Amino acid sequence: MEETLTLVVATLAATLRVATPLVLCAMGGLFSEKSGIIDVGLEGKMLMAAFFAAATASLTGSAWAGVGAAILAAEVLALLHGFACVTHRGNQVVSGIAINILAMGLTVVLGAAWFGRGGQTPPLAAAERLNPIFFPVAGDNVLVYVALLSVPFAWWVIERTRFGLRLRAVGEVPLAVDAAGISVSGLRYRAVLICGLFAGLAGAYLSIAQNAGFSRDMTAGQGFIALAAIIFGRWRPMPAFGACLAFGLLDSIAIRLQGVKLPGVGEVPVQLIQAMPYLLTLFLLAGFIGRTVAPKAAGVPYEKEH
Amino acid sequence: MQELTADAAIELREIDKSFGSVHAVRGASLRVERGSITGIVGENGAGKSTLMSILYGLHLADAGEILVDGRPVEMASPRDAIGHGIGMVHQHFMLVDSFTVLENLILGAEGGALLAAGLASARGELARLSGEYGLAVDPDARVADLSVGEQQRVEILKVLLRGARILILDEPSAVLTPQETDRLLQILRLLRDRGVTVVLITHKLREILAVTDKVIVMRRGEVVAERRTAETGAEELAELMVGRKVRFDLDKAPARRGETMLAAWHLSLVDGRGVRLLDDISLEVRSGEIVGIAGVSGNGQTELLQVLSGIRPPTGGEMEVCRRKVDAAHPVDPAEMRDLGVAHVPEDRLRQGLVPAFLASETSILGYQDREPFCHNYLMDGPAVGKYCADLMERFDVRPRTPGLRSANFSGGNQQKLILAREMARNPKVLLVGQPTRGVDIGAIEFIRRELIKSRDAGCAVLVVSVELEEILSLADRILVMFGGRIVGEVAAGEADERTLGLMMAGARAA
Repeated sequence: MEETLTLVVATLAATLRVATPLVLCAMGGLFSEKSGIIDVGLEGKMLMAAFFAAATASLTGSAWAGVGAAILAAEVLALLHGFACVTHRGNQVVSGIAINILAMGLTVVLGAAWFGRGGQTPPLAAAERLNPIFFPVAGDNVLVYVALLSVPFAWWVIERTRFGLRLRAVGEVPLAVDAAGISVSGLRYRAVLICGLFAGLAGAYLSIAQNAGFSRDMTAGQGFIALAAIIFGRWRPMPAFGACLAFGLLDSIAIRLQGVKLPGVGEVPVQLIQAMPYLLTLFLLAGFIGRTVAPKAAGVPYEKEH
Repeated sequence: MQELTADAAIELREIDKSFGSVHAVRGASLRVERGSITGIVGENGAGKSTLMSILYGLHLADAGEILVDGRPVEMASPRDAIGHGIGMVHQHFMLVDSFTVLENLILGAEGGALLAAGLASARGELARLSGEYGLAVDPDARVADLSVGEQQRVEILKVLLRGARILILDEPSAVLTPQETDRLLQILRLLRDRGVTVVLITHKLREILAVTDKVIVMRRGEVVAERRTAETGAEELAELMVGRKVRFDLDKAPARRGETMLAAWHLSLVDGRGVRLLDDISLEVRSGEIVGIAGVSGNGQTELLQVLSGIRPPTGGEMEVCRRKVDAAHPVDPAEMRDLGVAHVPEDRLRQGLVPAFLASETSILGYQDREPFCHNYLMDGPAVGKYCADLMERFDVRPRTPGLRSANFSGGNQQKLILAREMARNPKVLLVGQPTRGVDIGAIEFIRRELIKSRDAGCAVLVVSVELEEILSLADRILVMFGGRIVGEVAAGEADERTLGLMMAGARAA
């Protein structure tokens, strides 16, 4: 009995650990997408943030300096995305992919040049990391709580504030927002910057909280899974949070199931288990999501006639 | 000078505006008196909407001066205009469909960083305005669930809520039934009587004559005339708009109905989400007659044309096209339809009728490009296509007569004439036409309607879908009315009037 309880608690704790960067990323992405800016570059922003968090923490010895650097790095990429998509009305998906490629390359090149460890940063000591606050085993560092709080916060901002109303409107009918005398670009830049803030926190979590250092491509598609969670959640914070937890749960069960023989099935191949979140993403994207719930203007640059 | 402008709510002086090489507004000056309804009329492209967009700060004028209440002002953005008490109701509603009425009303004037207070005070204001101006709408309804007339009321309320004393309406009746239009005109009168200044942009003379105090006529970017409404009439205004005499009545002989070329029994169309777009449609069109389909836009007319032309197969029922049976199990694609003798002039000419980037000569054979003499052995014969196009342009008076010009560079009317020429040149047995004169200037409207009647007299079975009731009344021999994907009534042309048709269009069944 006690053993089962321990297992359940451990699985739940693992779920939360895995879901934290997804939740942060999804809440950030939600702001961007609600404003009509699709953010395929979540992955790249998170990766860049993870690298600068670990590099800065390692060089300064301060975890908080690492968090700051992570946010800064993600914001630079967010501004780049905004500059391409809002100011120059470029293709949002292309810009996002470019950011991903840039981050993938730059983190490795800078890592190799600065630390000479094949793209990795030096392992971080405990003082250079964000450590668990109450339960050392569970890994409940400050960013886990930030992620949990970010969900009701995002809901409240989007549904209950002036900024949220305008944000929702600009993602649906930007012309209406313009006609109401509100700057479409201003709103979208703010949304993109909020997205950068969250992606920065998610990246910092990966390299200085969950792990003790940066390793190349350590995001491993989590930015895309966060994007999928937004879509399953139909662009609503609570359901998107639920989707992130589902992914986290799947992942933590996958870790538990490795090497375990299931009755009647035998040993489940590790690869299949690891592929589950990605398969689920494809499966749900293909069939289960109505097409009408996305912000109507998502992906469409706002062209004002002059 | 000061005395002159004292009673003017708005004065525009020598406004000039170009978009690239298009000189949209040329030195236009006008005055709108306080507490009056002023109409601005003109053909499509006459510059009336552009001029009002400049007044509302959506476009910046290249030159000229704007005065509000006699004081020169800068209109750099709609925010400035709103600040000066000017509100605009656009032709395409600026509403967020997924928002409630209240949320739409407060967008841009939320009254604080949090919504709760703004929503509550808007609810109170709405109740007051609803009572005062007869603008009733449910504050908690989603805009997507409202009728078009109600959505327009939300737009007007939005403007009033911001304290506008000057209201500009751009083609407000384009999407309304005649009854809804009458209701709108009543509201406008009430607004004027309570001191609001109204500017009404339209090309519908009936509304101008019914409600305005003064009319300003624009043509080719210039203000060409100004009249007291009481001292003018439809003929004079039409002549001023076009620059020459216009005949409204088409004299046409009675139809000589032949055999049935197009028939449908119990057609239905259900989309992927299970929404019933067409429901139990039965109709027939005989050679030598024009059947008109009237209805407010979005009641299944588009889908009906798609099914009849073979673009979408029906999900139920059957039809017979030039003696060929078609149903869900035996669909026919548009190319086969063309081979059967069906020609189709689509509603949306820029998306379905032509490829804007293609040359006029290419547009003139689109859909027929794999036939002789345009194509032999998989190779296009450019000179033959060019010659053919030049021929069509001559016959259908397409201007300029330049087959090598891109389709996008022709005016709406000339694009439409080119498409009509392409479809009519093959002497089709059945001609399906969607919105024959949408966005077409008055001169071309006359021409296009005459061609349709000629085609009928030559024995073609013609089906015309139009949201312009006046067009249906002047063209059709029989009129079918669509509402909610069904045909709700049929009227012979001689017995039709706007009132009964309007009631049917609004969903009230014919007795």
